Amino acid sequence: MIQFFQLVVSGIAMGCVLGLIALGFTLIYKATETVNFAQGDVMMLGGFVALTTIVLFGWPFWLGVIAALLAMAVFGATLDRVVLRRVLGQPQFAMVMLTVGIGFMLRGLVSMVPQWGTETYTIKAPYSGEVLRLGGIAASAEHMMVIVMTLVLCSVLYVFFRYTRVGVAMQATSQNQLAAYYMGIPVARVNSIVWAISAAVAGFAAVLLAPITFVHTNMGFIGLKAFPAAVIGGFGSVPGAIVGGLVIGVVESLAGFYLPEGFKDIAPYIVVLVVLMVRPQGLFGERLRKKV
Amino acid sequence: MRFIFRTSYDQDIRLIQHGGQAFWYGLLVVALVAAPALVSEYYLSQFTFVCIYALIGVGLMLLTGYTGQVSLGHAAFLAVGAYTEAALQAQGVPFGVSIIAAGVLAGLAGIVIGLPALRLTGIYLVIATIAFGFIVQEVVTRWESVTRGNSGLALKSISVAGFTFDEEWKLYYLALFILALVIVGILNLLRAPTGRAFVAIRDSEVSAQSMGINLARYKTVAFALSAAITGVAGALYAHKLVFISPEQFNILLSIELAMMIFIGGVGSLHGAVYGAIFIIALPQVISVTKDYLPAGVGHLTGLEPVVFGLIMVLIILFEPMGIYGRWLKVRHYLQTFPLYKKDSFRRQKTFMKSDRLR
Repeated sequence: MIQFFQLVVSGIAMGCVLGLIALGFTLIYKATETVNFAQGDVMMLGGFVALTTIVLFGWPFWLGVIAALLAMAVFGATLDRVVLRRVLGQPQFAMVMLTVGIGFMLRGLVSMVPQWGTETYTIKAPYSGEVLRLGGIAASAEHMMVIVMTLVLCSVLYVFFRYTRVGVAMQATSQNQLAAYYMGIPVARVNSIVWAISAAVAGFAAVLLAPITFVHTNMGFIGLKAFPAAVIGGFGSVPGAIVGGLVIGVVESLAGFYLPEGFKDIAPYIVVLVVLMVRPQGLFGERLRKKV
Repeated sequence: MRFIFRTSYDQDIRLIQHGGQAFWYGLLVVALVAAPALVSEYYLSQFTFVCIYALIGVGLMLLTGYTGQVSLGHAAFLAVGAYTEAALQAQGVPFGVSIIAAGVLAGLAGIVIGLPALRLTGIYLVIATIAFGFIVQEVVTRWESVTRGNSGLALKSISVAGFTFDEEWKLYYLALFILALVIVGILNLLRAPTGRAFVAIRDSEVSAQSMGINLARYKTVAFALSAAITGVAGALYAHKLVFISPEQFNILLSIELAMMIFIGGVGSLHGAVYGAIFIIALPQVISVTKDYLPAGVGHLTGLEPVVFGLIMVLIILFEPMGIYGRWLKVRHYLQTFPLYKKDSFRRQKTFMKSDRLR
C-alpha cells in the first residue's frame, strides 16, 4: 500500500510538470487559437537559460530562476511579435506546422550554442537531495517542491486572471476578440502578454523538472506527453490542463510499476485515445455545434 | 500564352488538359526512364528514395491535402507496411502477394484510426494520430516473435518469378513504376465522385454533409486509402533500407512527412513529389555547402534541423502553397512575360476562421 502511495506521489509530481506545460498550450490556445507544438522546446530553452544563469553565471538559485523566467517572457513576447502575429487567421494546420518548424529551429539552435550543446546537465537546487517522510511515505524534496510550486503558480494565475485588469482583459479576448477590441482592449498586445506568460510558465516547468531529470536538447519531447494532458482536460480549459497532467502523471507512474514493461511509455496515449472515444471534447471541454 | 477553349464538359476532367502538358510529362517520363543510364549509382539510389517518399507523400496528401484530415502518425502505417513485408518475405510469400498484403494491413490500421477520427476534428485528431503512432511503435518494439524488437530485421532482395531486384536500377524502376501507378490511380480517383467528396469535406464539412455526403464513410475511405498507399511505400522502404528497426518509425519521421507535404505544397499531387525531392535533397545540399561555410558553423550538428525548421517557417509565412505555389507563380510570370502583375496571386485577406462557436 505504501508502495502505491509512493508511486502516486511521484506520479503527481510528474503530472504537475506535465500540467504546467499543458497550461502553456492552453493559455495560448485560448487566446489565439494557435496550438503551439513548440511548447516543449520552449520549455527546453527555459531549462538552458536557467542553466546559464544558475550554473554558468553562478547566481543564487532563486535569483537565477527569476532572471530565467523574465528572459523567457521576453522571448515569448518576441516570438509572438515577430512570427506568430503575421500568420493569425491561417488554417489551424498551417499554425501547427509553423510551430513544429519553430520547435525544430529551437532544438537545432540550442545545440549550436557554445557551452550548451548536446550534452546533458544538472541544475542543483538548494533543496536537492533532501527526503521528506510523511507517515511511511518517503517523498523527495524535489517532488514535493514541484507540487507546492505548481499550487502556488496556479493560485497566482487564478488571482491574476480573476482580479487584475490585464487578466480580465485576457479572459475577454479569449471569449470574443472582436467584442474585446470594441471595448478598447489592445488585442494584439494582450496576445503578446499571453505568449510571454506561457513561455515563462514553460520555463518554470523546466526549472522544476531540471533537478529531477537532466537539462538536454531533447527534454522538449516531454511536450509530446503534455499534449495528451491538455487534450484530456479539454483543450482550452485551464483547470483541465492541470487535471489532465495529473491524470497522465499518475497513470504513467502506476503503469510503470504494475503493468508489463513498455506500457509506461504508451500509457498516456492509451488514456488519451480512450478519453477521446468517450468524450471527444475532453473532460472539461465544451461541446458546441457549428451553426451555418 | 496558351488559351484553352472549352468546347465540351469532358475537357474539364481530362487527365491531360492540353498538348503542352502531354509534351512535358512525356519528356519527364523519358528522363526518368533514362535516368539509370545517365546518373551515378549513388544519385540513382537517392532517386529511389525520392520515389518512395513521394509515394508516402501522395498517400498523406490524399488525407491531409484533399480530405483535410491532418495526421501526425503516418510513420505508423509505414511501419505496418514495412514489417508486414519483412515478415511475409521471411515466410516465403511471393512479393506480389506480400506488397498487396502490406497495403491491405496498413489500410485496415487506417480504418482503425479512422473510426475514432470520425468524431474528432482539428487538434484532437492530430493528438489521436500521434497517440496511434506511439502505440504502433511500441507494439512493434514489443512483439518480438515477429519483429525481433529492437535488434531489427534484415530483408532479402525482392524476387519475382526468378527475377531478382538485387541492383539499384531494378529497385528504382520498381519504385518508379509503383509511384506512377499510384499517381495515375489517385488522379483518376480525384476526378471521380469519391475524390470530389474528399475535397468537399476539406472545404466545409457542414456543406458537404448537407449536400448528402456521408462524412463517416468518406473519411474512413480517405484514411484507409492513405494508409494503404503508405503501407505499400513502407514495403518498398523496407527493401530500400534492407534493415528495419522500430526506432526508425518514430514521431520525428511522422512530423517530417507532414512537413514534407507542407513544404511541397499542400493540396496538389505535385506538392507531394516536390516535397519528397526537397526532403531528400536538403541533407545533400547541406553537406555540400558545409565546406564553404566558416569552419565553426559547418560542423555543427544542429544545422540540418535549423535549416529545415527555418524553411518550414518561411513557407508558412510567405508561401502557404509551398514549392508548388511558387512554381505556379514563376510559370505564370514566364507565360505572360512582360504583363505579370503581382496581384494575380494576391491572397485574399484571411480573417480569423474561428473554431470557437460563439
